Amino acid sequence: MGERGRIFAIDSDIDLKQRLASLGLREGCQVQVLRKASFGGPLHVRVGTTEVIMRRSEAQRIMTVPV
Amino acid sequence: MPNTGKSTFLNRLTGAQAKVGNWPGLTVSVLSARLMVGDQMAQLIDLPGIYDLSAYSEDEKVVSTYLETQKPDLILFMMNASQVDRQLNLLSQVSSNGTPVVVVMNMADEAKALGIEIKVDLLSQKLGLPVCLLSAKYGQGTEQLQQRMREAFRSAPARALSPAEVQEAFKTSVMVPAQASHLLTERIDKVLLHPWLGLPVFFGVMLLLFEGVFSIGKPLQDAMSWLFSNVRTQALEPLLSGLPLVLQGLLLDGLYNGISTVASFVPLIILFFLFLGIVEDTGYLSRAAFLMDALMSKFGMDGRSFVMLLMGFGCNVPALMGTRVIRSKGLRYLTMLSIPFSLCSARLQVFVLFIAAMFTTEQAPWVLFSLYVVSIAMAMFTSLIFKNKYVNIDAFVLEIPPYRLPTLRQMILKGWQEVRNFLTRTTRFIMLGVLLIWVLTNFPEGATAGSLETWAGQLSHWMAPLLQPLGINEQLTIALVFGFVAKEVVIGALAVIYGHQGQALIDAIFHNMDWISAYSFMLFALIYTPCVSTIATIRNETKSWAFTALSVVWPLCVAWLVSFMFYQTAMMVRLHG
Repeated sequence: MGERGRIFAIDSDIDLKQRLASLGLREGCQVQVLRKASFGGPLHVRVGTTEVIMRRSEAQRIMTVPV
Repeated sequence: MPNTGKSTFLNRLTGAQAKVGNWPGLTVSVLSARLMVGDQMAQLIDLPGIYDLSAYSEDEKVVSTYLETQKPDLILFMMNASQVDRQLNLLSQVSSNGTPVVVVMNMADEAKALGIEIKVDLLSQKLGLPVCLLSAKYGQGTEQLQQRMREAFRSAPARALSPAEVQEAFKTSVMVPAQASHLLTERIDKVLLHPWLGLPVFFGVMLLLFEGVFSIGKPLQDAMSWLFSNVRTQALEPLLSGLPLVLQGLLLDGLYNGISTVASFVPLIILFFLFLGIVEDTGYLSRAAFLMDALMSKFGMDGRSFVMLLMGFGCNVPALMGTRVIRSKGLRYLTMLSIPFSLCSARLQVFVLFIAAMFTTEQAPWVLFSLYVVSIAMAMFTSLIFKNKYVNIDAFVLEIPPYRLPTLRQMILKGWQEVRNFLTRTTRFIMLGVLLIWVLTNFPEGATAGSLETWAGQLSHWMAPLLQPLGINEQLTIALVFGFVAKEVVIGALAVIYGHQGQALIDAIFHNMDWISAYSFMLFALIYTPCVSTIATIRNETKSWAFTALSVVWPLCVAWLVSFMFYQTAMMVRLHG
């Protein structure tokens, strides 16, 4: 909860990569995990002024280093 | 860009009535309205919001084909002033289109509240494009925008900007504070998205909504039907007494009874859409997607499918069209197969009428609630059965907008839209439906009205082996047959068949069946094909007759089976209990 990280790589096909980029999730950006839904539900993250939810399977493709 | 307020803007500027909500991707088709710019008439086109011009999803395809084939005179590039950082790529793509571009930074009110500072002149200079700030919701900045549009019509096309240039321009002229977050949104989310409290609170809110609609709407509906029956006895009957009996019957028992019964439900429906609209406008629906995704994934769908099912509670047609934001064909088809089970407001009218007739005021909300539970259960069951045929391979990534308060103006607009929808439906289906039913229940000549000798009687006699095991009597059979066209026709039909309206109709229903048959009928009406418009929409969206046929036949089979099981079990319990 509240963990911050900087994205250094996104391991996915070009389609998902573009969708993430259009929401502001690009390499070099800082992201913060706001919360996780119970029962293995999605993550709620913030990047810049945008808030995004995504499933854990998608989140695993986004590699971050802690800041 | 999605959810930046293009539709609000269109409504504000032209007085048009596009549907507005706090949910990304609500505008799925192209809307247009006329607008005076200076002394010239222009046509303003509202295109779906997109993140990218690469044409991966349906709405991206709509926009890129539109820009290529229609060659507009001017592009208004609408962006969210509080989220500039991620909208720059699209601006660079749009600028290379060879059309003049005006950059409109909407939601300036929200950006200001976040402490974001925008140097409009500097930005405009760096981009070489006219830029203006706007708050479409509150109407600030529209004058200035008009001015910019007038100038831009005569200007040269935008020069193609590289992504780096756009980045540069925005970096120097838009100052975002280091900690820009919606404090209030954060605080509300702490409760509404709480790991344990989130779901119970969500169901509580939904229950409250239905309870509210029922407890405020029912008296309104009673008042309306009282009004309609008085108009009939005090004004219409004396007025038409000179006409031949057949014509009197046609006008009063056919047309007037049918339509006034349906019309008495309009306040209830407006109320329902208002409440659902408030929930939608505040941004709670995207949160529902967050809360429900884990459960929905077990049934092969995702959080967005759940939101579409909720929207279906209003009307199935926009919910079906809303599935366009889903990119995976498998998930889209699965969601489209499930949506028609959503208990829409037209079906709500039928149930309100029947519940008022058969159950006490204390039982009523729970009976209605049970029908909503059955509705969701049937959608989930369908999804479970077909999830291996229509496999979901879509990534679930969704933007969460901040909470927003709908303005009174937006709410009134929504209410008016519903009245207008009702009027279109009346002229299209309901009038024809009730007239046809009156003819069928009164002819051939000499037959006793509503008896077995009439055409309707023969039709229901022929259908009886199919519907008798469900406890559905002959009158109700006719109503169900015509309910295939639209569910409003069901209540219109009952008013015509029983020859009563208002309280008298409720009494007639009460005296003609017991609660088990009534509930069995409601189950059938809930589950089978909602209306012709739904079928047409499914056909339009999928372009597949096979899928459309499946979406008609499957619910019919489920409806029959569920009603059969309920009726037979309940009768058995009654016999032996």
